[in-house]
Amino acid sequence: METTITESRETLTAGTSMDETQGLTYPRIECKNINVSYGDKQAIFDISLPIPDRSVTALIGPSGCGKSTFLRCLNRMNDTIESCKVTGEIIMDGENINDPDIDPVLLRSRVGMVFQKPNPFPKSIFDNIAYGPRIHGLAETREDLDEMVEKSLRRAGLWEEVKDRLSSPGNSLSGGQQQRLCIARAIAVRPEVILMDEPCSALDPVATARIEELIDELRKRYCIVIVTHSMQQAARVSQRTAFFHLGELVEMGETDQIFTNPRERRTEDYITGRFG
Amino acid sequence: MTDAAPAPFRNEKALKRLKKRRAADTRFRFYGMSAIAFALAALSLLIVSILSQAISAATYHVVRYDVVLDPAVIAPAGKDKPADVARNIDGFYNLLRSNLLQTFPDVQGNRLETRELGDLLTRLAVLPVAKSVAANPTQIGQEMTIKVPLNDDLDLYLKGAVSPEARLKLGTVEQGTETAPGRVTLSGPNAFKGLQSLISAQRAEVGDAVDARSILVTSGPATGRVVSMSANSLEMDLLTGSAADYQGARPLARVIALPEAQRNVSDDQIAWTLALKDMGRISRVPHFSLLTHTDSTYPELAGALAAIVGSLLTMLVTAFIAIPVGIFASVYLEEFAPRNRLTEIIEVNINNLAAVPSIVFGLLGAAVFLGFFGLPRSAPLVGGLVLALLTLPTIIIASRAALKSVPPSIRAAALGVGASKMQSVFHHVLPVAGPGIFTGAILGMARALGETAPLLLIGMVAFVADVPGGPTDESTALPVLVYSWATHAERAWEPMTAAVIVILLMFLITMNGIVVFLRRRFERRW
Amino acid sequence: MSDHIVSAFTDELDKLAADILRMGGIVETMILDACSAVNKNDVELAREVVARDPQVDKLEADVERQIVSLIARRQPMAHDLRAVFSALKVVGELERVGDLSKNIAKRAQRLDENVGPSMRKGIYRMASPVSRQLNMVLDAYATGNASAAKAVWEGDDDIDQHYNSLFREMLTYMIEDPRTIGAGAHMLFMAKNLERIGDHCTNIAEFVYFQATGEYLLSTDRPKTPQIDG
Repeated sequence: METTITESRETLTAGTSMDETQGLTYPRIECKNINVSYGDKQAIFDISLPIPDRSVTALIGPSGCGKSTFLRCLNRMNDTIESCKVTGEIIMDGENINDPDIDPVLLRSRVGMVFQKPNPFPKSIFDNIAYGPRIHGLAETREDLDEMVEKSLRRAGLWEEVKDRLSSPGNSLSGGQQQRLCIARAIAVRPEVILMDEPCSALDPVATARIEELIDELRKRYCIVIVTHSMQQAARVSQRTAFFHLGELVEMGETDQIFTNPRERRTEDYITGRFG
Repeated sequence: MTDAAPAPFRNEKALKRLKKRRAADTRFRFYGMSAIAFALAALSLLIVSILSQAISAATYHVVRYDVVLDPAVIAPAGKDKPADVARNIDGFYNLLRSNLLQTFPDVQGNRLETRELGDLLTRLAVLPVAKSVAANPTQIGQEMTIKVPLNDDLDLYLKGAVSPEARLKLGTVEQGTETAPGRVTLSGPNAFKGLQSLISAQRAEVGDAVDARSILVTSGPATGRVVSMSANSLEMDLLTGSAADYQGARPLARVIALPEAQRNVSDDQIAWTLALKDMGRISRVPHFSLLTHTDSTYPELAGALAAIVGSLLTMLVTAFIAIPVGIFASVYLEEFAPRNRLTEIIEVNINNLAAVPSIVFGLLGAAVFLGFFGLPRSAPLVGGLVLALLTLPTIIIASRAALKSVPPSIRAAALGVGASKMQSVFHHVLPVAGPGIFTGAILGMARALGETAPLLLIGMVAFVADVPGGPTDESTALPVLVYSWATHAERAWEPMTAAVIVILLMFLITMNGIVVFLRRRFERRW
Repeated sequence: MSDHIVSAFTDELDKLAADILRMGGIVETMILDACSAVNKNDVELAREVVARDPQVDKLEADVERQIVSLIARRQPMAHDLRAVFSALKVVGELERVGDLSKNIAKRAQRLDENVGPSMRKGIYRMASPVSRQLNMVLDAYATGNASAAKAVWEGDDDIDQHYNSLFREMLTYMIEDPRTIGAGAHMLFMAKNLERIGDHCTNIAEFVYFQATGEYLLSTDRPKTPQIDG
């Protein structure tokens, strides 16, 4: 396994330089020796993983493999669970965001998150988007706020559908629209990284396709990490894929390579449907 | 292996089992429905019994007096200041009593009858009159119409609650002659034929205790008590009026089952009351004084105002303490407190506290608030504090349940956009849990409103004649009033008690209405 | 490799491989029978070989249908994806091998009766290493053995040398006796067909190797004897 990861490191630079998007492609986030435990039970074992900028990194693996737990390390959501202990370094822009001195509230404005179940606030569509900018003081005037809401909704591909009913409640939208609303809400606080925890698991295929199209669009601006149960989805939307099993990072590489020719037997068995 | 034969879903055994299962289904549904029917029946029985009792307290009888406000009686020299007039209950009482004595001049000289006649009027009933005259002294010396409640026993008699009574319209009296002073003989062919059978019927119904002498025959203002009778003639003692009143009339006979000695009202008093009624001086009016008067030892004068205000003040204190404290405690415990041994112990104890008998809180209140802090006895402030302690666990438990039912995804969403823990709770969780929390709070308050025991212990059972003006004044509360009125011996208190219970129920229904309204208005689909 | 959780998927992949091996078996006998018909001047056998070709075409179409359906329904990944992909390619190669064998059998029917056995024997001699190559590569396919496939791939050089010597032999016959020029030309085409079958075998070997390892064998790395006709 050690070799696999070193190898992946090498291919990372090669892989991302071939990326069709322009701009920065250095690893946006560099995770080093992450260990997570809930009380006595260790959930993640010594994971080191570079996450490149302006691309989509998919985390796949069977249930309980620690991929969601790992994802939640990236915006310190695990802090909200009392018994959860995270060690290791997560370097983002030269700063260890796992450091106790870093305020998770600030971190979360830089690292947005989209959840499994669409969870708009029980407020209007406008307020759903405007909430983040408001609490972070991103908008000086009402006009700023209006503009910010429109921009976020446009980026999430939802503007045309909701522009006439911004004051109707967020939960009046369909499931797919709600999820795009949540993405817009995450974008509104101007994050650099967007984490998505199985964003399509509650959606129908058409809504899923819309979200995937949106993810593909968003990856030109953001560093996106997505946890998904659907290997097809990982194959469709991501540039890099990491396979987790039993709390370990089994393999990490170009999505193409993972899905046509995985190096690890466990990866192979998982993606070809040989164990659950 | 070849395919198995299709499963025998329709074989005899399966059908039998199916039938059994269906029967169990039906049985269970029946149990459920009968449980609900039982509960509904019990509830309606309760409501019907209380309402049927209370309904008689909804109206009462007042007697009209047309009197001249003689300054010599109500404002004698040296005592003519308004404050003195207001306090001159004896003067007003004498004024009205002499009016009664004038109405029934036969009574003159008979001390017992004079006293009995005076009992038609409760001495303290003139107090409001005295106060209003004192407030407007120009009325002194003028003629004035005064309405004063009838004595509670006679009021009950008129409402038919004193004794079983049978009535019969007799035949036409051809002649009524006074044979001796106070003794009258009525005669008329077959005029009194039905009376004997009425008495027998009454005896059969009520028992032998029926006093044959308590047969009152009334015609207009005159009432007499039957001494002997035959089909064509009737001999009786005249209680009021004159023999002439019977001439050519068809008098009404009343057979009162309860002997005079066992009643609080004498035949004389009944006769006077009937005469006053005949004169149109007695009228049945809505019993507003129940809501506007304070407590009294005389049921016809008593009202629940002091208790209503006391209850409101108590609830206000309770609400101001229990609701904020309860909400903050539950928010802290549910959202912020670390899960450890200490919080677990606190949790268990809050749950236990909800099960502590309310009287224990009363003891605590008496010991701590009265004994240690030296707060005033019988005050709504102390009552409110005790009830706040009592409702706190209820509110905390209900609020925590409401907070727990808020989907965690909302918290995650708020934290995910970078809200702090407190922002996520106050911006998102509390608004969603709000209706649930307020429901819990109001239900807790409703429980507090009905509590009696702790209030007894901190002295709120005291007789309070004045409406409390603030939370530190002496006061009582509605349930305590129910308790103290229910312990009175006089029959007239029974409907009054029921009426106060109805008032209390109204309060509760209003509070529950607020709960329903809040739920409808603010509950969100999620 | 262990079975899929969905056992029908394994069954379908197994059936695919079995159909391809069956097709390979038919094609292999076609090569041997066609060359044996040349050797023994057995026109009847040659006709029979020609008659077998539609069967091969039908099998090819059937396997292709299976593959399309399998991709649509199972969305194979990783090794499965490579297996399906190489099955698609191998089936095409085998069909071509069938066609080339049929071509040999057709020429066998038109060959002059008077052509001497020594001349006929050359083709028959070349047939056995070619069919052995095919046999070996099919074995490698059946077992997923990458090194066996690589051995076949490297063995193609022998076939090329064989072809070169046969080419020279035929030229010698034709120079010695110009009456044999017609038959010799047929023989040369047959030899060329056998050589092409060998090439198809190396292609199959490449796919077997890819299926097993996920990596490509690059033809520039292969040992190669320059062919006389370019």
